[in-house]
Amino acid sequence: MREGNSFEIAGRTLESRLILGTGGFRNLQVMAEAARESGAELATVAMRRVDPSARGSLVEVLEEAGLEVLPNTAGCFTAREAVTTAKLAREALETDWVKLEVIGDDRTLLPDPAELLSAAEELVGDGFTVLPYTNDDPILARRLEDAGCAAVMPLGSPIGSGMGINNAYNLRLIVEQARVPVILDAGVGTASDAALAMEAGCDAVLLASAISRAADPPAMARAMRKAIEAGHEARLAGRIPRRLYAQASSPEEGVADLADEPQRA
Amino acid sequence: MTVVTLNGERRELDERATVETAVRLAGAVDGRGVAVALDGEVVPRGEWSTTEIRDGQQVEVLHAVQGGA
Repeated sequence: MREGNSFEIAGRTLESRLILGTGGFRNLQVMAEAARESGAELATVAMRRVDPSARGSLVEVLEEAGLEVLPNTAGCFTAREAVTTAKLAREALETDWVKLEVIGDDRTLLPDPAELLSAAEELVGDGFTVLPYTNDDPILARRLEDAGCAAVMPLGSPIGSGMGINNAYNLRLIVEQARVPVILDAGVGTASDAALAMEAGCDAVLLASAISRAADPPAMARAMRKAIEAGHEARLAGRIPRRLYAQASSPEEGVADLADEPQRA
Repeated sequence: MTVVTLNGERRELDERATVETAVRLAGAVDGRGVAVALDGEVVPRGEWSTTEIRDGQQVEVLHAVQGGA
């Protein structure tokens, strides 16, 4: 990776700006292959009841592929459930980092802002490094940051919808005001969505379904890695302004006069 | 006899059964990567072998699975 491409969350340097969600992969082998291609260093996992018939350890497979686990609180609908789930994850996985999700609605899986903020405050107070999955609302993002969250993770569009970035204006406001990393979380459908997020100034992109449910997950993981790098570099390079009319790129001086009809003898 | 709900299922445990017993019963072989909630409160690993489960309690034995975004 090119030097100077890294970023920091809570004092920890990450070289990859792609964070991988592990939901939706057919099996652990495909997941491991995609994880390697993605270049990600962090991968989200969910906490669920032990299943005695389950084969293979997810955490071991991720560690072998060089990724660290980032537990989430997926499936929680109240602050209380999310806080307990985060504490269980800390106990099971020995990390005080948590991707905080508090969902308000089964159909849209949109975050419940009141429960989210309340859970974030409690977990920060308990020493967690909190990365909240939030609505694309600049005010809520600021409240989460003020509560001590280590990053804000606005959605582009609902989880698994593949609709990309629905409110580019709000995302721009969130990026402009944030003093913590902004990670676009959810909604990415294809590589251009991830590139757009990075061009908008996001520090990283978290995605799962766009890779795990693609026809060829490892190939899509590679595409996402390139798109995120390209989007980030384009942001740094500084794009040209949008204009209504053309601006010639060849010199306007010294153009030959070829307009007249040829003279006949 | 102690009747509890272990990961959503009704189970009968011996008197004085501990959280450690429940973890084994839930199918977590060595307890690595596992966490336990007793009536919604986390029981730290160090207290598994000394925490007895009372009649009617709810035990959740969790581990990491694929998930996220």
